[in-house]
Amino acid sequence: MVDRDTLPINVLVDIPVLNEGAMKNSSPFVAAPDHQRALGFPGELVDDWQLRAIEKLGELLKKSRALQVYMDSCVKCGACTDKCHYFLGSGDPKNMPVARQDLLRKVYRRYFTFAGKHFPWLVGAEDLTRDVLDDWYSYFHQCSQCRRCSVYCPYGIDTAEISMAAREIMDHIGKGQKYCNEIIGKVHKIGNNLGIPEKALRHTLQDLEEDIEEETGVTVELPLNKKGADILLVTPSADFFAEPHVDGLIGYAKVFHQAGVSWTLSSYASEAANFAMFIGSYEQMQRVAERIRKAAQDLGVKRIIFGECGHAWRVAYNFLNTLVGPFDFLDPAYPVPQHICEFTWDLIEKGELTFDKSANDHMTLTFHDSCNVARGSRMGDKPGGQFEIPRAIIRACCNNFVDMAADTIREASFCCGGGGGLLTDDLLELRKKGASPRMQALKDVAEEHQVTHMVAICAICKSQFSKVMPEHGFGMDSIVSLHQLVSNALVLDVQVTGEPLDSLNEGQ
Amino acid sequence: MLSSIFAFLFYLATAIFAVGLTYRIRLYAKTPAPLKIPTTPAPVTSAGVVGRMAREVVLFESLFKANKWTWLCGWIFHAAMLLVVLRHLRYFTEPVWLWVTWLQWIGIYAGFAMLAGLAGLWLRRFTVDRVRYISAPSDHLMLLLLIAITATGLMMKYVAHTDIVALKAFALGLIYLDPQPLPADPLLLVHLGLVLVLMIIFPFSKLLHAPGVFFSPGRNQVDNPREKRHLASWVTESDTKNRRKAGSQ
Repeated sequence: MVDRDTLPINVLVDIPVLNEGAMKNSSPFVAAPDHQRALGFPGELVDDWQLRAIEKLGELLKKSRALQVYMDSCVKCGACTDKCHYFLGSGDPKNMPVARQDLLRKVYRRYFTFAGKHFPWLVGAEDLTRDVLDDWYSYFHQCSQCRRCSVYCPYGIDTAEISMAAREIMDHIGKGQKYCNEIIGKVHKIGNNLGIPEKALRHTLQDLEEDIEEETGVTVELPLNKKGADILLVTPSADFFAEPHVDGLIGYAKVFHQAGVSWTLSSYASEAANFAMFIGSYEQMQRVAERIRKAAQDLGVKRIIFGECGHAWRVAYNFLNTLVGPFDFLDPAYPVPQHICEFTWDLIEKGELTFDKSANDHMTLTFHDSCNVARGSRMGDKPGGQFEIPRAIIRACCNNFVDMAADTIREASFCCGGGGGLLTDDLLELRKKGASPRMQALKDVAEEHQVTHMVAICAICKSQFSKVMPEHGFGMDSIVSLHQLVSNALVLDVQVTGEPLDSLNEGQ
Repeated sequence: MLSSIFAFLFYLATAIFAVGLTYRIRLYAKTPAPLKIPTTPAPVTSAGVVGRMAREVVLFESLFKANKWTWLCGWIFHAAMLLVVLRHLRYFTEPVWLWVTWLQWIGIYAGFAMLAGLAGLWLRRFTVDRVRYISAPSDHLMLLLLIAITATGLMMKYVAHTDIVALKAFALGLIYLDPQPLPADPLLLVHLGLVLVLMIIFPFSKLLHAPGVFFSPGRNQVDNPREKRHLASWVTESDTKNRRKAGSQ
């Protein structure tokens, strides 16, 4: 049943035989008219959708060099065909990255190229029919925009860019996706994906402060809207409620406490996530990002730090400066923005944090490189810092750490299966299938090295894994936040925030 | 008559190739890249990007990571084609450049290597079900075209020689606008005719991967978005408009 393609490239994960149409019926709920209109998109599929879609494609081709070059450059070499976790999990050939791209490319060729206009049968060009649109809606919502295929493409063709463009086109003809568009609307209205108002957020943070004090005997603050604080922490709203996310948030708070810095959360920018990236909308992405700039200005902070979230970090690291910069009102001594891992690692390197590693001895850990961090951003000042820094932090606060197989981590990391705006229950089957390559890699180290828990630095990964891990024989709590480990092991200074830490160091 | 037709076709094909390719390259260069999207880990300096691009173009680094068979066939084909093309410079230079004379012996082996690489790539299109699924007729025909060009070229060396002195006179005649007769050997005419086809379809086909790779934002962008604010022309307009909108809310 297995085609290993002669040379074993994927040592661990078998390549499935093709199963045409296996995932044809997997498609998410379509956005309701209200959700569409709130973002300025037509409420439902417009009458002249075909014409408008082609127009929009033409417009995007003029606006994006990536799209133009990627439409032209593919030679169908097949390098990407066995790289997508959704293909590996489903066998549906339209989940091979090149075949997914071709859903848009065949329309591009038909309407925008000489060969496709005059010899469509020769170059695989096709009219934009209702069937093609249905395929777009199904299969461009089976791409988590994880960029794994782009690592292997000899021309760097990034299917994420193509699925973003396709979703942007579909939004503009009135066929948006409910999950993403509803959430983006919530951010515009309330300030975060979950729709948590300021009052509820304040309560939650107070509860967390009480929990920490009860557990550790130390008062660790989680300030909200504190004017004049040095640091604005922007974190995914899942960190306020979901497990294991919230344990990560507690970890950030403890690190800030221990560093003796003044920091704050903002109720206006109470969301690091920016789902507008998933739908490929520059304008929406900018509107969402603008909240962070405004919060930073209103609160008068000097630095912006992002919590553990994959795509949020990609948007923050790569796009924030472009979208809503320049950030000349912040302290130029620090990069804008910073990742919480960069902040924590910096303290560890300076010897300012003390860990009792035995606090994590009940676990043997492995690290899941979240795709948007791994292939769409960086930490620190060297390429690959996004791989090294989180691992270094884990090693600093845990005794038992093992990496998964080399072709499933770092730049070759398998997506959790829930990224790119697919973390919705109407796509649960797809999510389970997409998670299977990662789960196979995890099973491998669980058997070989008795790994018990997997660490992630992405809110989507954490939610996705706690949902699908039980399907694969792991407990839903076998996914942990990186700063949860920090939180477990960090020896807290009982002195008041802001005092020097010398006494602590003498104790060693 | 035949010579005139071929001379005319050569000028036409060259014009289509040059104008078509220039148009495409200008399009790629002029189309803005609104956001920083290098596939990371990516170089943090421009010099680093030159290195990454060089590894991509010379060694096919990403393809090597992806699939060793495709890499092997693809790399051998491209490297051999380069040698073969350089070897052909002897038909267009008088006196022949010294380094071109040095390449003559290896150019012949390269012809066979090119054929082997192409055959391997074509074989994959039939035998690997995933690659078969994604292949359009044009993908097969492109390989067939290249194989036919290579095979007819080798046949002129090993099966039926053509008058290469006369051929060279024809080639130089094209360059110096001084038409000379073309030997009317069928193999040569097929060989040249197919090369003309290749030149003409180049700017309209997937052969655009050649210029395309240099313009791929995933590979040619420097990873420095925090240090240097990246902006694209159309962005600045919508930028101010959106800012105003957001500010008024």
